[in-house]
Amino acid sequence: MATGTTEYAVRRNPEMGPGGTPVLSPTEPFDAPEPELGSETMLVNVGPQHPATHGVLRLVVELDGETVVSVVPRLGYLHSSFEKLGEYRTFNQIVTLTDRMDYLAPLIYNCAYVMAVEKLMGIEVTERCKVARVICMEMDRIFSHLLWLGTWAIDVGAFTPFLYAFQQREKVYTLHEALTGARITTSATRIGGMMADLPEGWTKGVREFADNLPATLDEIDTLLTCNAIHIGRTQGIGAISAEEAVNHGLTGANLRASGVPYDVRKDRPYYDYESYDFEVPIGCHGDCYDRYLVRMEEMRQSIRILHQALDRLPGGPMDVEDPRISLPSKTDCMSDMESMIHHFKLITDGIPAPAEDCWFSVEGSKGELGMYVVGDGGPKPVRWRIRPPSFVNLSAIPKLAEGHLMADLIMINASLDIVLGEIDR
Amino acid sequence: MTADSSSGGSFSGFDLVAAGPGVAREDTGAAPAPGSVAPGNPSVTALRERFPGAVLRNEICAGDEDVVYVDPARIAEILRWLHDDPDRHYDHLADVTAVDYGGGRPLEVVYQLWSIPHRAALRVKCELPLDALEIESVTGIWAGANWLEREVYDLFGITFAGHPDLRRILMPDNYAEGHPLRKDFPLRGRFSRAEQTRRALTQDPEDYYVPGEIAERVPQVVEEAGAAAGEGEGAG
Repeated sequence: MATGTTEYAVRRNPEMGPGGTPVLSPTEPFDAPEPELGSETMLVNVGPQHPATHGVLRLVVELDGETVVSVVPRLGYLHSSFEKLGEYRTFNQIVTLTDRMDYLAPLIYNCAYVMAVEKLMGIEVTERCKVARVICMEMDRIFSHLLWLGTWAIDVGAFTPFLYAFQQREKVYTLHEALTGARITTSATRIGGMMADLPEGWTKGVREFADNLPATLDEIDTLLTCNAIHIGRTQGIGAISAEEAVNHGLTGANLRASGVPYDVRKDRPYYDYESYDFEVPIGCHGDCYDRYLVRMEEMRQSIRILHQALDRLPGGPMDVEDPRISLPSKTDCMSDMESMIHHFKLITDGIPAPAEDCWFSVEGSKGELGMYVVGDGGPKPVRWRIRPPSFVNLSAIPKLAEGHLMADLIMINASLDIVLGEIDR
Repeated sequence: MTADSSSGGSFSGFDLVAAGPGVAREDTGAAPAPGSVAPGNPSVTALRERFPGAVLRNEICAGDEDVVYVDPARIAEILRWLHDDPDRHYDHLADVTAVDYGGGRPLEVVYQLWSIPHRAALRVKCELPLDALEIESVTGIWAGANWLEREVYDLFGITFAGHPDLRRILMPDNYAEGHPLRKDFPLRGRFSRAEQTRRALTQDPEDYYVPGEIAERVPQVVEEAGAAAGEGEGAG
């Protein structure tokens, strides 16, 4: 071979080296020996302050290369023991705790809680109140799904759907504010009714929102549903079979994506949901992509329910006409003594509940939201328990994520649609 | 909006207000003697036939909710049968929780069952005396019971025998003040604010990163000595 050059550092290429200039040979593969790498796994800490964990969630992930070997979620960063606090409050005072759990769909929590207490006390609310609560709950289902959709799109790498979704969410914030005076912590319900009747023009605002939303959903649909990157990131990722999904206690869109048509609105109807015309979308693969499709369709179905509820919203009183439950009007309190004492008694003493227990579940935005209230004859609950859908859904994440890549774990977490305020309570 | 716009004339006295709306239902006779209620759910009758000794009594709560009290020693067997039997098929375990009524009364463990194919609900309860807070885990029947039982263990101190990973879940691993949802637990915790802060700051985060130990970590609860020391410096 050539002289004057070091054999292994640079090789002479007779064809390309005019005048014997040494050049690097790009054609010959470098025959490196297999490196002696250890097979040690690596622990990666995701969170608690990580945007892709959707809240203050910490996942301790054991990785083999880029493959997830195990996931151990660590909770409790937002724990404020609402259930304990509830035992020290009268039934109406607890309402303000409920919207702090799922701040993405506060009205559903307000409604679910008072519905459980009303069932325990045997109160039948007025027709107007029922329909108004259905409007509130369906509006907040869309509200929550829109946030999920936006953050889901960000996790998959698309920023535009996030902005489109938040434009629509802003309209719901405005409707919240018009209804209750607060944008997030609504506290809109009371035992036996609502904090106030619907403000004038509010139903028109809801109707406008319901009319405009499909156009936004269509736009996001165009951007995501057939997008190759989106499909590549989500199809076949985090799949779970129907039996396993039921066994793991999954509910809501996560369960329906696996093909189980369990929806509390259909299976245990409350507030005349059986008389509304809507479909329950189900998936067939149980993967992240199906969960996306199911939630997209759920928003469209919620719009249908919204239209029907707005059409049938009757007039009449919002609160039950029972002085043991409902407060007298402010005008009466200011003008006559009996009403003022009545108001004072109800606020200071609270409304006693019978010594029984009651379980009531509604279809929340995240899954089956159950409220278990135990009374003892007094105005405070002995035990107030929330069945948190996100908590149970998240408990399946080790099962869903193990064997997938680290990047898939982010999508699986996004597809479960969790809210940490409710998980930690 | 107003319940009583006609200047307070439609109700007759404040004793009615004080009694609350629960009285109306008791008048209709919805709460007869326990143990002899005709159940609305056929599973209760079937359960009595299948496990004659283990079903202690049954009730109907809040109008239409069937509640069965069973022997805690046989809970896993009973729930296994309710899950597997094709006529029962309670495949969805909605919730596992506990209730402390205080005053030395036994703690209740409550299972909310739902059958997706049969659309039937059943509440199964077990009473555990305060000196024997242990019950068999149902994680082998429903995988979803895992975190729910951990939460009950964390907040009530009920041990679930056979649970694969019984650690605290909402409270920190080394939380030494006890079990917050018990009635004897004060609302602000057992330790003073200063002690709580000191303990939070002296936690070692490196504890959580030991490979191989993350699955089988045991709870590091500092026992009675720590609780007594904390109370000494002024709880509440």
